[in-house]
Amino acid sequence: MNMIAGPASASAGVIGQAGASISVRGLTVTYNTGLRAVHDASFELDPGTICALVGVNGSGKSTIFKAIMGFVTPAAGEIRLSGRPVAEAVRRNVVAYVPQSEDIDWNFPVLVDDVVMMGRYGHMNFLRIPSRADVYKVHAALERVGMSEYRKRQIGELSGGQKKRVFLARALAQEGSIILLDEPFTGVDVKTETAIISLLRELRSAGHLMLISTHNLGSVPDFCDQVVLLNRTVLAAGPTAEVFTQANLERAFGGVLRQFNLGGAALHDDEDPRGLTVLTDDERPLVIYGDRKGQSAPPAKRPGEPTS
Amino acid sequence: MMAELLVPFGYDYMLKAMWVSALVGGVCAFLSAYLVMKGWSLMGDALAHSVVPGVAGAYILGVPFAVGAFFSGILASLGMAFVRQHSRLREDAVIGIVFTSLFALGLLMASIWPTSVSVQNIVLGNILAISDEDVVQVAIISAVSLGLLLLKWKDLMITFFDEAYARSIGLNTVMLKALFFTLLSACTVAALQTVGACLVIAMVVTPGATAYLLTDRFGRLIVISIMLGAGTSFVGAYLSYFIDGATGGVIVSLQTLLFLAAFVFAPKHGILAGRRRAAMAGAPV
Repeated sequence: MNMIAGPASASAGVIGQAGASISVRGLTVTYNTGLRAVHDASFELDPGTICALVGVNGSGKSTIFKAIMGFVTPAAGEIRLSGRPVAEAVRRNVVAYVPQSEDIDWNFPVLVDDVVMMGRYGHMNFLRIPSRADVYKVHAALERVGMSEYRKRQIGELSGGQKKRVFLARALAQEGSIILLDEPFTGVDVKTETAIISLLRELRSAGHLMLISTHNLGSVPDFCDQVVLLNRTVLAAGPTAEVFTQANLERAFGGVLRQFNLGGAALHDDEDPRGLTVLTDDERPLVIYGDRKGQSAPPAKRPGEPTS
Repeated sequence: MMAELLVPFGYDYMLKAMWVSALVGGVCAFLSAYLVMKGWSLMGDALAHSVVPGVAGAYILGVPFAVGAFFSGILASLGMAFVRQHSRLREDAVIGIVFTSLFALGLLMASIWPTSVSVQNIVLGNILAISDEDVVQVAIISAVSLGLLLLKWKDLMITFFDEAYARSIGLNTVMLKALFFTLLSACTVAALQTVGACLVIAMVVTPGATAYLLTDRFGRLIVISIMLGAGTSFVGAYLSYFIDGATGGVIVSLQTLLFLAAFVFAPKHGILAGRRRAAMAGAPV
């Protein structure tokens, strides 16, 4: 086993393009069953952005993902990815998708190497025979996520966090400038979460655009600079500080969100009116200190992480 | 002794049977690699039984059996899709109802309008008496299927492994799955000739299942599966000369033997390997 799992050693070649943007205008998606999953949704995202897509189950998060990948045809509205229509962007491998862990058959007989190589398929000819450059990019991507020593493992033999990193490596190998991540923190330990977040930040610096569907409200203010709040339409979209407020979250989640309010009097014996609010969608909770509902959450610091 | 063992190679009909069986067995095994990964094994069985009325009808009307089989295969797929969409039944119940209905219809047709081909030949297969026209059909079906699979095996692998991702890189997964099921129906029809409708399911499941126990890489799984499928079919047809038994029974019995061997002795995924691992884990370090 080689032990060269240095995180930043092989970044060249994996991160290339910049200038990714997503423009969703008046998007309406109606399924065959008559269900109107998303109605008149609009938001704009610029290069070098990490954006959280937040909402209850059934609020249209996965429909928006599907629309961006071209799986569903909008009944109305338009999506442009880096200025191109969806079909063309998909053909050019602009969009890299990191699926939810539950959607993967972990018993499938593929090695870590094989999965990451799938990221190169969109760049190969119809016989899908890897070139030397493809092999190099797969190695570089694996090294970047610190998974080089697990290259020859069957994917089911990995831990939850390692599994995530493999699929992230596939997205890197694909070299898409827009990366869609579906619940990347589910079933992942804090150490891996921190590693994933710092990788996403590096990608942001390189001009990538990441759209993350997440229930992990607590980590949103840490690393997302934009938030899109959904409930069948866009309730609010914009910078995290403006959008990710208690008032907006209550609007997006209604009664679904668990909420604990501890007033100032319950916390301390003085005149300080500030209290503590804990909002959780049953993953890492969002903790808000303060007295006003409109106030945004300050980014919480994680252990072992430089302040940005 | 040696001369006796070579006797089957002296007969044209035996040579034909062995090579046709091997070809069909190999292609079915290729498909089995995919089928067992998706939990769709019963679909193979369903398709094989569903094409029986088509085959019976084709012999009655005197058209190539592949044409009839193709039509009833399509009918079965559409029927299953229709019942599933318009009822609350689970998939296995829908498959069970549709394929048994068609199978019954086939038996009924064959007994009402007896033809040169008996019900028994359709149900149990009779490769030793295969006609030259049927050999041509089987060879064409197998060769075309093999060619398409060799061209598209990686695209099919991604589609079966991670369909959402396959679509996101621009693969037409609907077309690929349609291609797969078309090939599956075509090859089950071809395999009817060798092992019959009842045992086709083994041809499109057992080699893949055995290979899955032996490797962690899909490409190797396909190669092992094909070797198992083609090898057992060839040897099975050969052996059936001596034991005077139904070829299908011999082929499938061989496949089962190899499966059992892999099940017990496979280096990583076999029972013994599992025991060894458990013992190692339990032992004090």
